[in-house]
Amino acid sequence: MSEPLLELDGVHTHIGQYHILQGVDLVVPKGGITVLLGRNGAGKTTTLRTVMGLWHASRGTVRFAGGDITQSPTPDIATAGIAYVPESMGIFSDLTVRENLFLAARSVKNADRMDEARLEWIFGFFGALKKFWNQPAGTLSGGQKQMVAIARAIVEPRKLLLIDEPTKGLAPAIIQGMIAAFRELKQSETILLVEQNFSFVSALGDSVAVMDGGRIVHSGAMAELADDRDLQHKLLGLSLDNHQ
Amino acid sequence: MTTISPVAPQDSTLPKVRVDMLPLLLVPVLALLMLPLVGSFPTWVTLTVAGLAMGMMVFMMASGLTLIFGLMDVLNFGHGAFVSVGAFTATLVLLPMKGWVEADSILMNLSVVGLAILLAMLVTGILGWAFERIIIRPVYGLHLKQILITMGGMIVAEQLIHVIWGAEQIPLQLPTTFRGAFIFGDAALEKYRLIAVGVGLTVFVTMFLVLNRTKVGLLIRAGVENGEMVEALGYRIRRLFVGVFMAGSALAGLGGVMWGLYKETLTAAIGGEITVLVFIVIIIGGLGSVGGCFIGAMLVALVANYAGFLAPKVALVSDILLMVTVLLWRPQGLYPVAKR
Amino acid sequence: MIRNLLSGDLPRSRLLSAMLLVVFCGLALAPFLVPGARSLNVAATICVFVVLVASYDLLLGYTGIVSFAHTMFYGIGAYGVGLALHGMGPSWWAIFVGTAGALSLSLVLALVIGLFSLRVRAIFYAMITLAVASAFAVLASQLSDLTGGEDGRTFKVPEILQPGFRLFDAEILGRAIDGKLITYYLVFCSALALFLFMLRIVNSPFGRVLQAIRENDFRAEALGYRTVIYRTLANCLGALIATLAGVLMALWLRYVGPKTMLSFEVMTDILLIVVIGGMGTIYGAVIGSALFILAQNYLQLLMAQASAAMSGAPLLANLFHPDRWLLWLGVLFVLSVYFFPTGIVGRLRTRALLRRLR
Repeated sequence: MSEPLLELDGVHTHIGQYHILQGVDLVVPKGGITVLLGRNGAGKTTTLRTVMGLWHASRGTVRFAGGDITQSPTPDIATAGIAYVPESMGIFSDLTVRENLFLAARSVKNADRMDEARLEWIFGFFGALKKFWNQPAGTLSGGQKQMVAIARAIVEPRKLLLIDEPTKGLAPAIIQGMIAAFRELKQSETILLVEQNFSFVSALGDSVAVMDGGRIVHSGAMAELADDRDLQHKLLGLSLDNHQ
Repeated sequence: MTTISPVAPQDSTLPKVRVDMLPLLLVPVLALLMLPLVGSFPTWVTLTVAGLAMGMMVFMMASGLTLIFGLMDVLNFGHGAFVSVGAFTATLVLLPMKGWVEADSILMNLSVVGLAILLAMLVTGILGWAFERIIIRPVYGLHLKQILITMGGMIVAEQLIHVIWGAEQIPLQLPTTFRGAFIFGDAALEKYRLIAVGVGLTVFVTMFLVLNRTKVGLLIRAGVENGEMVEALGYRIRRLFVGVFMAGSALAGLGGVMWGLYKETLTAAIGGEITVLVFIVIIIGGLGSVGGCFIGAMLVALVANYAGFLAPKVALVSDILLMVTVLLWRPQGLYPVAKR
Repeated sequence: MIRNLLSGDLPRSRLLSAMLLVVFCGLALAPFLVPGARSLNVAATICVFVVLVASYDLLLGYTGIVSFAHTMFYGIGAYGVGLALHGMGPSWWAIFVGTAGALSLSLVLALVIGLFSLRVRAIFYAMITLAVASAFAVLASQLSDLTGGEDGRTFKVPEILQPGFRLFDAEILGRAIDGKLITYYLVFCSALALFLFMLRIVNSPFGRVLQAIRENDFRAEALGYRTVIYRTLANCLGALIATLAGVLMALWLRYVGPKTMLSFEVMTDILLIVVIGGMGTIYGAVIGSALFILAQNYLQLLMAQASAAMSGAPLLANLFHPDRWLLWLGVLFVLSVYFFPTGIVGRLRTRALLRRLR
C-alpha cells in the first residue's frame, strides 16, 4: 500500500512484574483500517496503551510518522497526531457532550468556536450526538457514549486513531450503525482497530494482524484472512465461535 | 463497560437528566427545622448567619484540598500549614499599618485588609508551588509516604512560624468599620460575619464559573474523573495540577486571614486545629467534589452553631456525629466523584 | 534461649545488637546507674514509649495502616486506670477494673472504626481516625466533672507503689527499695513482656500474612486471605497494647491529663519515633524511643546553650531555641521518609548485610 505511519519494532512491555508484550513487530500503513485481532490477554490493549505512552516499552522502538515516540509522554504523543479511544471509552460523564468534544478540540479556545462543518460531518453518522449535545455524557446509553468517544477522536483532523473494542457490549442494531460510520471514516482517516468481533471487522478491515501471547503471529491483508476459513480457525480458533 | 445494556435504537428518546438535588436541600431544611427548636426568631437568624459565615471560611480552606485530592489522588495532611502561614503573613500588613486598621473609614479598612489578603494569597500560593515540588512530587502514588511526608511538612512549617513570628500569641485587631453589628428588629448580625459570607460566596461563584465556563476548569473537572484520558487528549495534567495546588494553597491562605481576623488572635496551631474540621467537611462532601465540599462546610458549621446553642455538650462532637450520619446514608459522601 | 525469646527475629547487625544491649541494660539498671527522680522518669517514659511505638509499628510498619487514633487508645488506658483509682480509691481491684474497662472500650472503638473505614483506602482511614481522635481529646478536656478537664486528675496508687513505701530498711547499691523503684520495675517488666509478645506476633504466621497484605493486598486477597479481617485484627491488637501502655504511664505518673495522654503532640512524637527508628522492625521502637526521649530531655539543654550563645542574632537564636527542637526533628523526619524509609534499624541491618556479602 503506502509508507508505514506507525511502526513497532521488537516492543516489550512490562506491567509491574508481568511481561505482557514480548517483542511486538507491527506496521500500520497510512490510510484505511488495520485490525488487531486476538484472544483476551493476547496483549492488544497493551499494544495500544504502549503506543499512546500510557505504559512505556521496556525494550524495542515505536516510530510514528518518522519520529521515535517510544519514551515520549502521552500528551506529546497526542499532539503528534494520535487519538485514543480506550475500551472503557474514557468519557467525562460530568461534562456535556459538547464539553467533551470541546476538550478534544485542542486548538479551540472557546466552546462556541468549534468547526461547524466538521461537527456537521460527525453528526452525519452519529446523529444522536446532535440531539444530546447539551446533555451530561454520563446520562447517555452505552452506544451513545461510544459515539462521544469516537467523535472526540475525530473532532479535529488527526493522523492516526487507536480504537479499542468499539462494539463491546453494544446491541446488534447499534453495531450496524457503527459499521456504517467506520466505512465513512476510513475514507479519510487511518485507524488501528482492536476487535474481537470478527464479523464486524472482516467487513471493514484493510489489513490485519493477529496477536497471541504478547506477539504478532500473523499479519497480512484482511481479504486474505476473511477468505481462508482454515487460517481463521488456526489463528482465532475458539474466540471466533464465541463471538458469532 | 462490561455489562451489556439493552440499548434502544440509536435515536432513542432523551435520557432523563438526573440531577441529585437531595444534598442541596439539606442546608435549608436543616435551618428551617431548627427554627422551632431554637424558639426565638432573632436568635435563630443570628445563629444561622454565624453558621454560614463559619461555613464559608471553612469552605475557602477546604475547597482547594478536595480538588487537589480529586485531581491527583494526593491528600495533603499539611494543608493546614497554609492556613497558618496565610494568617501570619497578614500580620505583616495589618500590624505595621495599624493606623489604617484603626481609622474609621471603610475605604482605608477595606484596602488594608485587601492588601493583607493579597499578600497572604501570594505567599501561600508560592509556598504551595514549592511544597508541591519539594514535598509532594517525589511521593506521587505512594499514599503511606504521602501522609507521613505532608504531616512532617506541617510540623516543620508550624515550627518555622514560631521561629519567624515568635512563640507568643499575636492579637489581631478587626478594622474599626468591620466591628459591631447591624440590628434588624431584635436580630443582631455581626458585620464581619456578613463580610465573611460575602467573601465566601464570591469565592464559590468564581470557582463555579471557572470550573464550568473555562477550558481550564473543564479540564480540571475532566481530570478529576479520568486524568489518563485528559493526557491522552494532549494536555499535561501535571501542569494543571501544579496550578490547582497553588490556587488551593492560596485559598487556604485567604481562609487563614479571614479566620484569623474572626478569632482575633493568632497561634501557629491555628491551621492544625482547623485541619480536622476541613477533613470532616471534605469527607462529608465526597472526596474531590467542590459542590459537596460547599454543602458539607455549611452543614458542619450550621450544626455546630445550633448544637452550641441547644446542647453545648453535644456540640463538642457534633462534627463527628454529622459525619457518621452522612456516611451511613451515603458511604462515599454527599456527592461521590465518579472515578475511571 | 535468647533466640527463642526474640522469636527467632535477631537484630542481625552487630552494632544494632550492641545498641539494644545498651538500652536494655540501661533501662534494667536505671535506678542504680543514675541518681535522681528526673532520670528515672526518663527511663520509665522510654519503657512506655517502646511499647506504645512498637504497637504503632504493628499498624504502620507491618500492616501499612496509618492511624492517628493511637494516642486515643493510649489515653483510654491512662484515663481508665486513673479515673478508676481516683473514684474507687487506691486498690489493686481498682487497677484491674480500670484496665479491664479501658481494654474493652478500646476494643469496641477499634472494631467499630476498623469495620467502618478499613475496607476503604489508607487515606480515608487516616482522616477518620484523625477526626475521631480529636473529638475524643476534646471530650476528655471538656467533660471536666468526669475527667478533671484540662487539669486532669491526680490519684493515689496502691500502697506498695507509693513513693513513701519501703520494702525493707536496708539500701541496695546505695538506693532505697521504695515504692517508686517497685513501680519502675513493674513498668519495666510489663514493657519487656509486651515487647517480646509483639516480636512474637510479627514473626508468627499471622504477622507474615499482615506483611503480605501490606506488600500487595490485592494478591493477598487472591490467595484467600480476608484482608479486612486481618487488618481489623491488627488494628485491635495495636489498640489493646497501646491501651496497656497508657495504663503503665498512668501508674507511673500517678496523674492523667489531656496534654500528656491525648494531645496531638504525643501522636506526632509516635510518628517521628517510628519512622526515624525504623518502620516494620519492632526494634526500631526501642532505638527510636531511647534516642528521642533522651534527646527530648537532654538535647534541649544543649540547644538552650546554643541559643543563648547566639542571642546576638534573634532569628538564629530562635532557630536553636529549646522549644524549637521539633523543627529539627521534623526536618530529620521528612529526610528519613525520603532517604531512609527503613529508619535507623533498617540502615544498620542493610549495612551488616552488605558487609557479610562482601
